[in-house]
Amino acid sequence: MSSKIALIIYREFITRIRKRSFIIMTIIGPVLSAALFILPAYFATLPDEERVIVVLDQPTLMDFDRGKDNLKFNYLDPRVYDFEQARAFFRKSGHYGLLYIPSGETMDPDFISRNITLYSLGDINFSTENYIRDQLEEYIQKEKLKSQGVDPEVLARTKTKVRLRTINMEEGTEKESLTPVKMGIGYVAGFLIYLFVFIYGAQIMRGVIEEKTSRIVEVMVSSVKPFELMLGKIIGLASVALVQFLIWLVFGVAIYTLASVFILGDAVEASRITTPGYQANQDISFQVLNTLSQINFPYIIGCFLFFFLFGYLLYAAVFAAIGSAVDKESDTQQFMFPVSLPLIASIIVLIRALDNPDGAIAFWFSIIPFTSPIVMMARIPFNVPWWELALSMVFLVGAFLTMTWLAGRIYRTGILMYGKKPKLKELAKWITYRN
Amino acid sequence: MDVLRVHQVSKRYNNYTALNKVSLNIPKGSIFGLLGPNGAGKTSLIRIINQITAPDSGEVFIDDKPLMPHHVHQIGYLPEERGLYPKMKAGEQLIYLARLKGLSKQEATTRAKDWFARFEMESWWNKNIEELSKGMAQKVQFVSTVIHEPRLLIFDEPFTGFDPVNTNLIKSEIRKLRDNGATVIFSTHRMESVEEICDRIALINRSEKILEGPLQSIQQEYKSNKYSVELISAIEDKPSLPSGASLLEAEKKGSTWSLQIQLGKDRPNDLLQHLMPQGTILLFKEIIPSLNTIFIQKVSSL
Repeated sequence: MSSKIALIIYREFITRIRKRSFIIMTIIGPVLSAALFILPAYFATLPDEERVIVVLDQPTLMDFDRGKDNLKFNYLDPRVYDFEQARAFFRKSGHYGLLYIPSGETMDPDFISRNITLYSLGDINFSTENYIRDQLEEYIQKEKLKSQGVDPEVLARTKTKVRLRTINMEEGTEKESLTPVKMGIGYVAGFLIYLFVFIYGAQIMRGVIEEKTSRIVEVMVSSVKPFELMLGKIIGLASVALVQFLIWLVFGVAIYTLASVFILGDAVEASRITTPGYQANQDISFQVLNTLSQINFPYIIGCFLFFFLFGYLLYAAVFAAIGSAVDKESDTQQFMFPVSLPLIASIIVLIRALDNPDGAIAFWFSIIPFTSPIVMMARIPFNVPWWELALSMVFLVGAFLTMTWLAGRIYRTGILMYGKKPKLKELAKWITYRN
Repeated sequence: MDVLRVHQVSKRYNNYTALNKVSLNIPKGSIFGLLGPNGAGKTSLIRIINQITAPDSGEVFIDDKPLMPHHVHQIGYLPEERGLYPKMKAGEQLIYLARLKGLSKQEATTRAKDWFARFEMESWWNKNIEELSKGMAQKVQFVSTVIHEPRLLIFDEPFTGFDPVNTNLIKSEIRKLRDNGATVIFSTHRMESVEEICDRIALINRSEKILEGPLQSIQQEYKSNKYSVELISAIEDKPSLPSGASLLEAEKKGSTWSLQIQLGKDRPNDLLQHLMPQGTILLFKEIIPSLNTIFIQKVSSL
């Protein structure tokens, strides 16, 4: 590599690393994306404000059930309150809802089940409605069983909870299947590549347009070859992207280490505590961390870096060529569509490939270079046959070299064209120009 | 010796011929004017010399050696479409551009500092280009063109966009560079702007060179024996002329006649002698054709 390319790479790298937006994105990026995953989960665990349902249970069907953490049932004595009084009481009390269970003439469970009503002053939330319905169905079932002479105690004893363990027998190492975790990794990796290609590709395009509009480009190409200028920009930005990714990786490893210390530590504590809900929650994080430790991260990260880098490089040259062809960013749209198409297709196929990593769609899209960087990442955690991986890699590198060569030919004509809004057809013609 | 020799260079874009078998010889130490209307092919030729594009046929020699990539270090090029990175500091940018022209980091820094001192712009060193005024940025741009001490300087439309103060500063700097051994090419469609400083010129029209040579001899060749005369005369009638001479223009302001005279076979001294008795001669001068006139004359005669 000539020292001039090195100079260009250095300038691109240093001016971007120094930018405030880079520093902010590098720090805020992971915080934002973590927030995107973690916040909804966190909010779900927060105790809701307590809701009280006033119950007028004339047949004493519900056995004075107290409800659950944030949903309490308060019972009105049916001997004191009739329905009208109960309604009046509910209105004044400002509670969440009034559940009216009439006994009817005969205490017939079917009659009861048809006539239960839940009154409220606002909208009843969906989960509350479901919970109450489930509870009532259970109680009515109990009543019916009793009337058939079945002891509910017996029924409770016959209920068994099955815990299904799935084990992957491949390659002789029988491990508990990590499918959900692998899917998560594949999805995050594929999506990251998609994001990086778009974000950094757009930056390259903007950089090229900026060089054109500031009219520096002809000064530059009197010192360096247009191809060197383009390559320097692409590699410069690739190193910025890599630095950003490595910073995130370090963050990630640090957080993982911290998390395993805290959660695994807690899990041991948790086993002594008998609160069932709490236990279940801890179990999941415990399991995730446990399975994470069984995944071959060096292999996945290695593949990720390869597909990340070459996926970016493949598209980067195309973005540079687009930037060279226009005078301002708003003129890029007609060219952006054909470039975005395979990227968006990749994201759609990515989801399907996660479901069925060895299917025909997943296979083909992970071999075709324009979609392979993203789709292959969905398959990598599920042990892709080595020849498929190699084929995909070779095609990708080959496509990168071809596209960069073609883009370079468009670029060197485009950067010296001003005031024209070329069509796609003209761009193709530029390829055939002698330099 | 010729610093630059262009031999039978042709360049086509699709169906459009930008250059058709153009040849030029540019001697060392000269200031050369590459002149012609817009779209004549000047910029195409300059881009070929700068190796931004390659000719379809023909050759370019620098010091009698075929053009090679390393020759860009010996050329300083100020393109018509010129600019700098707006978000880069002036000093840093100058060093960057100098290093791309092959200077070491130290050398680039020393020279950049020298130029900043010389143009009294030290205080701009750490300012972004976008913070500088247009005139300031132009100075930085000029320095970036010459900082690597090129042996061949090429200015494409050099005086468009430069204010008069900068224009004069740059003209004098360019003369200094020439005196130190550099060769200068001016490419412009505004022929009058370089008439006074060019030693040699070439006229290009519609992708072909139509004229080349030393400016003075071309002008001698194209002069047509016309004279400009001013004299103060008491008489009201137009001054009389010797036979064979004709009056092209005559105008009287107060008592001063301004005349343009086409001389026939007579010598100028005969005309002068004929005019002397008629009044006081204020001016007697041969009319040298401007480059514009020569160009128009040449184009219409083709």
